Amino acid sequence: MPFEIILFVFFALIAAVSSVVMVTRPNPVMSAIFLVINFFALAGLYLLLHAQFISVVQVIVYAGAIMVLFLFVLMLLNSKSEQKLLSGQKKIKVFAIVLAAFVFIQIAYLIFFSSPSRSLSPDVAASIKAGTVEEIGRQLYTGYILPFEAAGFLLLAATIGALVLAKKKFN
Amino acid sequence: MNLIPIEYYLILSAFMFAVGVTGVLIRKNAIVVFMCIELMLNSGNLALVAFSSYMGSSAGQIFVFFVMTVAAAEAAVGLAIIIAIFRNKLTVNIDEINIFKW
Repeated sequence: MPFEIILFVFFALIAAVSSVVMVTRPNPVMSAIFLVINFFALAGLYLLLHAQFISVVQVIVYAGAIMVLFLFVLMLLNSKSEQKLLSGQKKIKVFAIVLAAFVFIQIAYLIFFSSPSRSLSPDVAASIKAGTVEEIGRQLYTGYILPFEAAGFLLLAATIGALVLAKKKFN
Repeated sequence: MNLIPIEYYLILSAFMFAVGVTGVLIRKNAIVVFMCIELMLNSGNLALVAFSSYMGSSAGQIFVFFVMTVAAAEAAVGLAIIIAIFRNKLTVNIDEINIFKW
């Protein structure tokens, strides 16, 4: 079996299992840990797809910065684990799972109905070139300069908003 | 690259999205609900990167970059809102945060 398929199965299994475990753990800290594992598996999948830049940014921004923020808030709020998650509210749970299964079946049906692999002709050289830092940086600073600036402004606004919201007193 | 059809990546992405939907609907802790939203954003990112790579164009990956920016901003503001609510109600249980209900 080719090495590529083994790697894909490995990372896909980790991503799928860790997402399910993350939703079913009653302890929020365990949920956060399994979400980090899921992000690392996704970074591996991005590398398989020749997206080097996105893979590194996934580890630094998601698994690093965002999850540390989540864990900090969990530490500050010392929320109790939801012991009743798997016992009570049978109806809501059944409804949620049926709804999610419906969403999944719908998307899967559309994927197989449209069969995107028929119209896409994968060219390895082009896909390797598209994922490099050089190519993405050039595109960001030429064709996508306006959204790039807007994203920077959005981050500034979010920083100020978070500071104002988390301040001690509203005056 | 030719060995794995793009459908496999898309099915994995759809599965993670469905798991995220389930989590948003059944979890009680507001922070875990936020984590499930991050999971759904990531499943969308996986589909975008898969398409971008199989088309040999970097536009999808640049879109993923912007999705990550918005996700970071959303996490910062959302967690600040949760902290502000916790300071007033002393809970993060979304069933007890019903100040807009009448």
